[in-house]
Amino acid sequence: MADWLAFRVLGLQPGSRLGEAVAFFAYDGPKVLLLLGLVVLGVSFVQTFISPERTRDLLAQRTGAWSNLLAALLGIATPFCSCSAVPLFIGFVRVGVPLGATFSFLVSAPMVNEVALFLLLSLFGWRITLVYAMTGVAVAFLSGWVIGKLRMESHLEPWVMEIPFEPSVATAGPSGLSARLAVSAEAARDILAKVGIYILVGIAVGAFLHGYVPAEFMVRFMGKSAWWSVPLAVLIGVPLYANAAGIIPIVQVLLAKGAALGTTLAFMMAVTGLSLPESVILRKVMRPTLLAIFLGVVAVGIVLVGFLFNVLM
Amino acid sequence: MRIEVLGSGCAKCKLLAERAEEAANNLGLAFTLVKVTDYPDIVARGVMSTPGLVVDGVVKSQGHVPSVAALQDILR
Repeated sequence: MADWLAFRVLGLQPGSRLGEAVAFFAYDGPKVLLLLGLVVLGVSFVQTFISPERTRDLLAQRTGAWSNLLAALLGIATPFCSCSAVPLFIGFVRVGVPLGATFSFLVSAPMVNEVALFLLLSLFGWRITLVYAMTGVAVAFLSGWVIGKLRMESHLEPWVMEIPFEPSVATAGPSGLSARLAVSAEAARDILAKVGIYILVGIAVGAFLHGYVPAEFMVRFMGKSAWWSVPLAVLIGVPLYANAAGIIPIVQVLLAKGAALGTTLAFMMAVTGLSLPESVILRKVMRPTLLAIFLGVVAVGIVLVGFLFNVLM
Repeated sequence: MRIEVLGSGCAKCKLLAERAEEAANNLGLAFTLVKVTDYPDIVARGVMSTPGLVVDGVVKSQGHVPSVAALQDILR
């Protein structure tokens, strides 16, 4: 179908750069979008049973490294939108969730989210998915643990602990089957509308790389032998903001073109886990020192993951 | 009746405000609708996931946008 569109309808030459790019684009676009719609529908339904309030209450009684691990794991399944990062952060800290565990959650939630995992699974198989999930949780766990050990509580903006606060209870989610289904269907539609553009741009970039960038170039700059490519990929990825669904088409092409797995994983984690807009939002609750430590610790963790996999695989 | 829509101005918050207004109008309620956009004010109402809906000081929904029909049940 995609070949037919590219080579027959548009009259492009098979093997030509533009032809291969268009074929790739036409094949991947509908597939990824359909897959994403189904995944979000299912996941949103399950998530109507999980709320940030419950996650918060589960974490509130914990201390030590366990709280970081649990927070990193709960981050995978708990619905999270970076637009409510600030109220969530305050809600966690004020009911007594350790600061380190709050950070573990904040790293893991956008980076190792269910949409990313399902897409990775359907496009790359279980091995890469498992590697991504485990290392993502490890980065979230470790960076939160380090921040906890540094005792940075005094580097929060004072208003965070001072404003009047009353913890809400987790009773305000949708209830009843039809309400849950309605919310999930709407979530799927929303994400497709919003993320669809991202994915299409991602696929377009991917298609360009696929059609125009020679494989030798990629191997040279993102292959195993180029050790500096891991920190570079993280440095490029941190300010970029795309959610997991948008970055995956690019990841697909990078891998197919011979980029090393560690470098590619590091790039994906940096793009999804850290972003400039989220940093600006988080600056409202923490002083620059803490924000810098947060970004630094997570970035270092991601670089280590990249190195580890380039050495192992 | 005082209806407050909590959220820092994301698309979902706008949608919730529109639907809440529609639902209240359908019911023929006398109401004022207020958008609460400052983080300290949102947190002070005890809402962690936006968008949130607070009616006469009570948190009625958070983290999702209920349908107009569901909002009518909430407001009734």
